[in-house]
Amino acid sequence: MSQLELKGHLPSPIINAENEPFWKAAQEDRFILKFCKACSQYHYYPRTICPHCGSDNTEWKESSGDGLIYSYTVMRRGVEHPFAMAYIALSEGIKVLSHITDSDVDQLKIGQAVKLVFKPTQDGQKVALFKVVT
Amino acid sequence: MTIARACIAGIYEHPLRVAPNHTVAQLHAEVAKGVLDDAGLTLNDVDAYFCAGDAPGMGPVAMADYLGLKKLSYLDSTDLGGASYLAHVGHAAIAIAAGKCRVALITLAGRPKSEGSSGTQVRNKYADAPDFAFEKPYSPAPLNTYAMCAMRHMYEFGTTPEQLAWIKVAASAHAKHNPQAFLREELSVADVLASPMIADPLRRADCCVVTDGGGALLVVHPDIAKTLKQPVVQVMGCGESTKGQMGGHVDLTYSGVAWAAPKAFAEAKLQPRDIKYASIYDSFTITVLIQLEDLGFCKKGEGGRFVEDGQLISGQGSLAFNTDGGGLCNNHPSNRGGMTKVIEAVRQLRGQAHPAVQVPNLEFALASGIGGALGTRHGASTLIMGRVS
Repeated sequence: MSQLELKGHLPSPIINAENEPFWKAAQEDRFILKFCKACSQYHYYPRTICPHCGSDNTEWKESSGDGLIYSYTVMRRGVEHPFAMAYIALSEGIKVLSHITDSDVDQLKIGQAVKLVFKPTQDGQKVALFKVVT
Repeated sequence: MTIARACIAGIYEHPLRVAPNHTVAQLHAEVAKGVLDDAGLTLNDVDAYFCAGDAPGMGPVAMADYLGLKKLSYLDSTDLGGASYLAHVGHAAIAIAAGKCRVALITLAGRPKSEGSSGTQVRNKYADAPDFAFEKPYSPAPLNTYAMCAMRHMYEFGTTPEQLAWIKVAASAHAKHNPQAFLREELSVADVLASPMIADPLRRADCCVVTDGGGALLVVHPDIAKTLKQPVVQVMGCGESTKGQMGGHVDLTYSGVAWAAPKAFAEAKLQPRDIKYASIYDSFTITVLIQLEDLGFCKKGEGGRFVEDGQLISGQGSLAFNTDGGGLCNNHPSNRGGMTKVIEAVRQLRGQAHPAVQVPNLEFALASGIGGALGTRHGASTLIMGRVS
């Protein structure tokens, strides 16, 4: 399977009143995270109220987009387009569910460094994916 | 309040594994009839009803009307996915102890086999969930999210594909004795490793079956249980929890069972070493391995060594598990394996398991469930039961 590039066929996210800023930023190739000013922690997926401490004093901050593969799998069968799913441990100290793209998926390893890339989904909305740093 | 001593007086597993000509409601009615017959009670004796997300319509409102339950004073539709039915037993025991009811019926049914369900598919049932808005582009399905747990377990603890395969081998060694099992062929480790890779490191044989059918339980006041025809099995302890991504502090190496099990053991005043039979939710082989650790049968990270060389095979290993063949081989109706976990544990305590897999002189049994997705968010429930002599 090796090199696998994901674009165009990914299902589109569901945009709603609470998450709309996140998706608008993604269209501008910015991956923004929620940061809680009360407990000084990031969380993911983004919410209005911090799931760590319950404060509503949260703000959007742009992620570095740098991370390490925490775990992954290559979905080889039972799907139209095989893909590599992964949890990425971001340098901001939280883990996010995403895909690995533009990389040799037969050579993936836990702990590998990855960086953010954006790809369009079926309706054109961009989403955050990650590629192995070579 | 002690929940102890409510009793499981009825069990019933629908004999079908493929039911193209049934409705889901009809399957619920058939398992309700089956469980009442098993206990020797009637619809008119039932004063509490429990169902979960598999029930069609508005949960207990639709089903109670359909089933003809006219004397209900207690209702519960807690949905912990496939773990729901273990939690329902605990909730029923609490309600009986509180005097809210005396005969609680719990039903499960579904027909994912006939409807073409697969573990590789995204489950769209919860499309309005806040998480799904973000995760939909990444197609989280049972297989890929559980696979990431297995991958991380292998990385942190050196768990091997061969060790995971031993879990399937043990299930198949039991299923060969169950004439109703969906898969009855006994497998070797090599057979499991030869099955096709679906989502690394999980192969087809690491996955449970997809079956139609269902099951039911009857939880009753102890005064009623001792008047009935079946050997008395009592509820000794229960615990439940949920575990998710913890706001981004994801840890795939343990499950919510790590929080549910200590509560159940404390309530039962028992230790893992007292348990000689365990029904362990087996959506995938990795699901079993992680729960065995979280239940305290072995230390975290040592699950691989705990299960290898047939250690889960009845009459051979240190802990007999899923002697009906489990979800891996026998039955996983409605993609929800918790019901059949309780049923086989009660069969064992009654002495009604197949003679080839019956654990002799069994005093205590445990059932453990994980519903939802181990790698994203799930419900967990642990139930400890005992034989009353």
